[in-house]
Amino acid sequence: MRVYLVWLLLVMLTLLTWWAGKAGFSGEGLVAALLASIFIKGHFVIADFMVLRDVAFLWRVLVHGWLILVSCLIFLAYWVGM
Amino acid sequence: MWIFILAELLVFAIFFASYAFARSYNVELFNEYQQTLNRDIGAANTVILITGSLFVVLAVRAIRDGKVMLCRNWLLAALGMGSLFLTLKIIEFADKFGQGISLSTNSFYMFYLSLTFFHFMHVILGMVILAAVAWKAQQGAYCMINYTGVETGASYWHMVDLVWIVLFPLVYVIR
Repeated sequence: MRVYLVWLLLVMLTLLTWWAGKAGFSGEGLVAALLASIFIKGHFVIADFMVLRDVAFLWRVLVHGWLILVSCLIFLAYWVGM
Repeated sequence: MWIFILAELLVFAIFFASYAFARSYNVELFNEYQQTLNRDIGAANTVILITGSLFVVLAVRAIRDGKVMLCRNWLLAALGMGSLFLTLKIIEFADKFGQGISLSTNSFYMFYLSLTFFHFMHVILGMVILAAVAWKAQQGAYCMINYTGVETGASYWHMVDLVWIVLFPLVYVIR
């Protein structure tokens, strides 16, 4: 059951992202909201789809670390460009 | 396989950071040309990949329960999602190439075409892996106590999904 709820959450966050683009939103608020959305979606894909719950702690740290690193780099780049 | 997946993720991280920092020096250009992208196709492709990932999860669950043919069928359904993704992407690429857009048009299109084509090739590789796993499942190579191959193929497919989850907002929406 949980995996279907995760799928539904991912689809809803995707539709929100699509709507934000259609509505023409921009700026710091949009970047922060979309990075939060990326992190939430990425976390659930890693934790529930990649079955990382069953693998070593190190792997979970590495893949989540990748997600945090990418989000921080994107935020830093947008901050530099403001 | 996990080492390979991490290496792939690192390459994509470099690509994403390069895009974001290149944009920070050309904000107006990137914002202007981002408007020419088809967000409807981008969002549809996100839902398609997420759904493909769900089907792969269901394939792993089926083989854990010893349901070999159900596992194969879920993998075939995931391959269907992959095919749909590629079809929409080809339509998107054809539209851009039809307008005379290429890697040398400007730095936004250089990143857009490179990033999305690089990911496109990973979807194809993911589909080849899933097809091989489905074929082996059909041949009886997996059972409820031996399904490492199914999990390995699944992990690669989820990596392809994870990368697109970052790529779509970054290239199509964030401005």
